[in-house]
Amino acid sequence: MEVGPTCHYVMGGVEVDADTGAAVVPGLFAAGEVAGGMHGSNRLGGNSLSDLLVFGRRSGLGAAAYVDELGTDHPAVAEEDLADTTAAARAPLEREAGENPYTVHHELQDTMNDLVGIIRRGSEIEEALEILDKLRDRVANVRSEGGTIYNPGWHLALDLRNMLLVSESIARAALEREESRGGHTRDDFPDMSPEWRKVNLVVSLRDGRVRLRQRAVDPLRPDLLELFEHEELTKYLTKDELAADATAKEEL
Amino acid sequence: MATERTFRVWRGDDDGELAEYRVEVNEGEVVLDVLHRLQATQVPDLAVRWNCKAGKCGSCSVEINGRPRLSCMARMSTFDPDETIIVTPMRTFPVIRDLVCDVSYNYQKAREIPSFTPDPKTEPGDFRMYQADVGRPQEFRKCIECFLCQNVCHVIRDHEENKENFSGPRFLMRVAELEMHPEDTADRRNIAQEDFGLGYCNITKCCTEVCPENIRITDNSLIPLKERVADRRYDPVVWLGSKIGLRKGADTPMVPNTRPGREAEE
Repeated sequence: MEVGPTCHYVMGGVEVDADTGAAVVPGLFAAGEVAGGMHGSNRLGGNSLSDLLVFGRRSGLGAAAYVDELGTDHPAVAEEDLADTTAAARAPLEREAGENPYTVHHELQDTMNDLVGIIRRGSEIEEALEILDKLRDRVANVRSEGGTIYNPGWHLALDLRNMLLVSESIARAALEREESRGGHTRDDFPDMSPEWRKVNLVVSLRDGRVRLRQRAVDPLRPDLLELFEHEELTKYLTKDELAADATAKEEL
Repeated sequence: MATERTFRVWRGDDDGELAEYRVEVNEGEVVLDVLHRLQATQVPDLAVRWNCKAGKCGSCSVEINGRPRLSCMARMSTFDPDETIIVTPMRTFPVIRDLVCDVSYNYQKAREIPSFTPDPKTEPGDFRMYQADVGRPQEFRKCIECFLCQNVCHVIRDHEENKENFSGPRFLMRVAELEMHPEDTADRRNIAQEDFGLGYCNITKCCTEVCPENIRITDNSLIPLKERVADRRYDPVVWLGSKIGLRKGADTPMVPNTRPGREAEE
């Protein structure tokens, strides 16, 4: 039997409001592994279940409140968008020529596994981004045989577009984050940086391209900060934050 | 070491046919690996249902050389080197495409079973059970719902007409599990016979034979359930109780509105 490391959980995910599960896209709600922000840089065993229970409920309530607020004014799907989506979905089936989606999939897997895997290096991630850039056209032109009923080759052709986007997002964010933290290990930046702790990386799709921006993490509430030993905090906080914490604890 | 093997695989729906392929096989592979290679290299639209590749999700049930098996657990090394391997979908269920079946029949049968019914007066923590009573149903809980037992059962395998009145080994085992629970208050013995068709089972043990979890379905669930049903139906004291109205409402009915067409009859 062949044994190897594999990806089994994604800590990042859709950017949601913690109280309602609402994403930035109006009417889209997310909870569980697909939502980001809950687990920080590493998920501890068992936490995913509590995540589901707490944020599943919040998202359900959030979605219900959203629908109630809409009243009778439900947004409609534009016919044009529907037609565009249908055409895009059918395109791989209608192409006369094109690459086998399995071949492209295999190359995408190999690239991400070899270059943006468990131990990452800046130069390798850059190499991966170049390869992903070349894969973009190939993904757009894959061809699927057969019909629309239970056709795995066609499903893969549709999935590939999203796989490529997610791969690029992961690679761009991994290159940007010049530290090692939780599930993200940079061979060229082996230490955890208190400065980077204060930053979230947010990716979004703008005009068909992945856009990456930094966003400040909300500071930890003082009452929560109090729960930690000062020594424990020295591993995570910047000097300024530590000084503030020391003063606060003295005042107690 | 890679070798080339002959596979004959079902293509199309119920009216499909076997197609022959020559495909590479490497050491340590299982039938599902080879089907995936076939998909990636020769027939990208080959429909195969699968998930865990570890024999625990129950998705990849097919018939290999006529034998119902999980394709992820069928090691290529167990076949003769020049043996042609024939892979067909489960025969008891309608084929959606290629090796993928519509197994909704099973979900229908699951819905009809009255669920665990503890005494409403019990509070959490009130149950006091013997270890033996806890252990007995644990064997049935190993079921991964691959539906191979349902597929192999001769009552429905070639008898579409029996499907309405027979729930199959998997779900009769579920009834047995609930009936064996000491804290359950429902009585499903009558519906086991009347609605779920326990009497059709003539204990040929084919279900036990194909079970990938090695659950002793016939010996430990179906036969004990038959004994309980015999008590319910043929014990003279129970019969007398029913006659003089002492057992009114004692038989739990099938979950209402779960079987299409049933409401019209009643």
